[in-house]
Amino acid sequence: MSETTAARRVLHTEAATMRFGGVTAVNNLNVEVFEGEIVALIGPNGAGKTTAFNLITGVYTPTEGKVFFAPGRSGEAPQAETEITGKKADAITRMGMARTFQNIRLFKTQTVFENILIGQHLHIKSGLFSAVLGIGHKEEKAMRERADELLQLLGLDHVRNEPCASLPYGLQRKLEIARALATNPTLLLLDEPAAGMNPQETVELTDFIRDIRSRFSLSVLMIEHHMDLVMDISDRIYVLDFGQTIAAGTPAEIQNNPRVIEAYLGVDADA
Amino acid sequence: MFTFTFPQLLQQLANGVTVGCLYALVAIGYTMVYGILRLINFAHCDIFMMSMYFCYYAITVFSLPWPIALVLVVVATAVLGVIIEKSAYKPLREAPRISLLISAIGVSYLLENLATVVFTGVPRSFPAVGDMQEILTFGEVRVMKLAIYAPIIMLVLLFSLLFLINKTKTGMAMRASSKDFETARLMGINVNKTISMTFLIGSALAAVGAVIWGQRYPQIQPFVGVMPGLKCFIAAVIGGIGNIKGAVVGGMLLGVMEILIVWRFSALSGYKDAFAFIILIVILLFKPTGLFGETFVDKV
Amino acid sequence: MKKSLSLPRILTIACLVLLAVMVQLISMGALPFIDNYMIRVLNLCAVYAILGLSMNLVNGFTGMFSLGQAGFMAVGAYVTALFAMTPEVKERVFYLEPIEEWLGAIHMPFIVALLLGGLAAAVLSFFIGFPVLRLKGDYLAIATLGFAEIIRIIFLNLQTITNGAMGVKNIPPTADIRWCFAVLTLMVVFMLRLINSSYGRAFKAIRDDEIAAEAMGINLFKHKMMSFILSSFIAGIGGGLMASVVSAITPNLFRFTLAYDILLIVVLGGQGSITGTVVSAFVITAAKEWLRWLDAGFSLGPITVPEIAGLRMVIFSVLLMVIILFYRQGFFGSREFSWEGLFNIFRPKKKGDKKEAA
Repeated sequence: MSETTAARRVLHTEAATMRFGGVTAVNNLNVEVFEGEIVALIGPNGAGKTTAFNLITGVYTPTEGKVFFAPGRSGEAPQAETEITGKKADAITRMGMARTFQNIRLFKTQTVFENILIGQHLHIKSGLFSAVLGIGHKEEKAMRERADELLQLLGLDHVRNEPCASLPYGLQRKLEIARALATNPTLLLLDEPAAGMNPQETVELTDFIRDIRSRFSLSVLMIEHHMDLVMDISDRIYVLDFGQTIAAGTPAEIQNNPRVIEAYLGVDADA
Repeated sequence: MFTFTFPQLLQQLANGVTVGCLYALVAIGYTMVYGILRLINFAHCDIFMMSMYFCYYAITVFSLPWPIALVLVVVATAVLGVIIEKSAYKPLREAPRISLLISAIGVSYLLENLATVVFTGVPRSFPAVGDMQEILTFGEVRVMKLAIYAPIIMLVLLFSLLFLINKTKTGMAMRASSKDFETARLMGINVNKTISMTFLIGSALAAVGAVIWGQRYPQIQPFVGVMPGLKCFIAAVIGGIGNIKGAVVGGMLLGVMEILIVWRFSALSGYKDAFAFIILIVILLFKPTGLFGETFVDKV
Repeated sequence: MKKSLSLPRILTIACLVLLAVMVQLISMGALPFIDNYMIRVLNLCAVYAILGLSMNLVNGFTGMFSLGQAGFMAVGAYVTALFAMTPEVKERVFYLEPIEEWLGAIHMPFIVALLLGGLAAAVLSFFIGFPVLRLKGDYLAIATLGFAEIIRIIFLNLQTITNGAMGVKNIPPTADIRWCFAVLTLMVVFMLRLINSSYGRAFKAIRDDEIAAEAMGINLFKHKMMSFILSSFIAGIGGGLMASVVSAITPNLFRFTLAYDILLIVVLGGQGSITGTVVSAFVITAAKEWLRWLDAGFSLGPITVPEIAGLRMVIFSVLLMVIILFYRQGFFGSREFSWEGLFNIFRPKKKGDKKEAA
């Protein structure tokens, strides 16, 4: 554990466990994320990382254990921790936690710009009829302006009106992050953001994540296989194997941990 | 207070089981096609209708002896099913699912309208097949021999089908294709042939169902299949669509419940056709994918 | 930029004015080549376009497979008819068993009755939506279809309210061509605005990927419910107009197969295209009527085809199959008509010019 414990905790799980029938995908998971931290969740394929994400973000309700989150919006100080175990995914996102997906899930028939707009829908104040009748046109205009701002900030403005399905892979990943940011989160969960990227793109991504962390005052929890990226960027790392947390600590501690080396033995860590 | 005697209950149960067997036989066709193509085959009810006309022509018009007629009807219906598959569904293998569905609706319209043109809309009476319509008397219980035959026929066909699916190469090909066409192809399975086989079996079973149906409700017109078809589809959904045993359980459940409800609440007999839907909706509320259906797993 | 934006707007307004003038002329009988039969067909086209929009909202834009349209139409049709008819007419129509007293006494202007018809359908859809919107895919389709059939069967049995199987006759023919096209135009404008609003985008997000939509903080149930209720409202309005256009309704007019007809319109037009739905509603409805000459017998060169009742529908089904085999995405896919798209067709093609035709 690092010495930053004075910082506020934005997320923690308490012995969270997920079983599917007889299979325990995640066992007794205790993850903590503090304000402003970048925390990585690593482990071989099938270690239960994505399941851990799913039970934090409300896609699954943990079979046992609890999840706590300090709600808040980007730029504001998070509020006191509340339990979010069993809350629905959309409610959790509205509290200020956003995520991306391992196998990119953009809104395929929509343009880049529209994808960002959809990310802002959760904060809409106009009702259905005022939005349709144009009474809420000021809010619509504000949403559009903000979307353009975000695109510009993240360097996606040149593809603004492209259908998102036509974007190259790397840009799709970036767009998914941008869309998550549009929900105005304090905590961002990235599921393998560097998957399918070449070394050059991975380096750029590292800077990109750092950049958005400070620009949007985020805390980040991410799953990643690219060890260069993980060791470079993470404040702390959790290592999962067969659903168990086998190690936790700073990158340096993890690199020298015999159990971690054992878990990765014979497994291509860069897969 | 609703009072009844034991023979009365037996009488109603016998009726219920007969209708249930009919539902089951046709429901299997829906569920098999759904299992492999993920298609609600709206045309299945019209295959059923055509089959009734085939039987009418074979026995009433051409005066064939019923065993020969029966074989011809089953073969003709199976061929019709395969022709429909080849002409209307096969070209859409890679198309979106909704196109397939529209094609099925198109086939359904085509068969109904073709039947109207060829057979005219005048209702015909369905011929008696063998001694199925003879009445048997057990004390106070009077049933058609059909009530004995139907469950036997249904069970024999069901177990043959289950044997085919679980123990033979063809069945293995069907099970594999229903999981994933691409993988099945890689395993050397001729997916198109397997799908045709599915339509062949489903249609043949519908033919058997149609003949028995005609014994109980002996009137044919071009839209005769629509309501039974819908109910059989409901039976398949109740059982969990795609699951053969589920279709049979769903069919029996629906048949027996329908008859018992009409018997118990005879004042509501005007609502008879609504019961099937109410049963369906109630079951889906508790089991959103039917009794034996696979639950949806969205991989995140 | 400003200039290229204003031209389409002018064209749109010009077209609307032209449409209004045409409709007014037709309704005055000033166009001799348009007889009453054609007016009736045009009215039906407009009604089917409205019904298509209703289904497209749920199926095409929100990605839910609902087949309950017929039930909501029935509710809209009966409410509109019974509220708009005069007490005297109702008394004559309900000759087998008299109508419930309170219902018999009600008489209100057509527009109020029509709105109440839509509202009744919307309220009903709210209660149906609660249990069924949790279902997915084909299970949702069969459950909504089931509810539609239950509604029809209830109407069949409520002798003193709906006149049972005999149905309701002599419905005031208030909905003339002006009504039908005015309501259709309103509905098209409403749909366009809805689809381009934040809520419309949320609907499309749900259609594209439910899990991602939920992860974006969109409450799936709430938005599905909104779409379902709006769609049912439009279906109710469509049903009410239809009642007035055809002047006699029976419960069996609203069989579940009616939902298939509407589904055809939506899919052939292109799911998720408002333009497509309107065009295909007109094409399909008009084609069905136009093909009537087939029934009457005709000669093709040396071959004389005798009068065959039903041949029309056989040919219609065959055409339908051919269309679906060749236009899998429907006429329009999910694209919309735009003046820019139209201009692009006629503009000489530049190299690498992306064509987004109509």
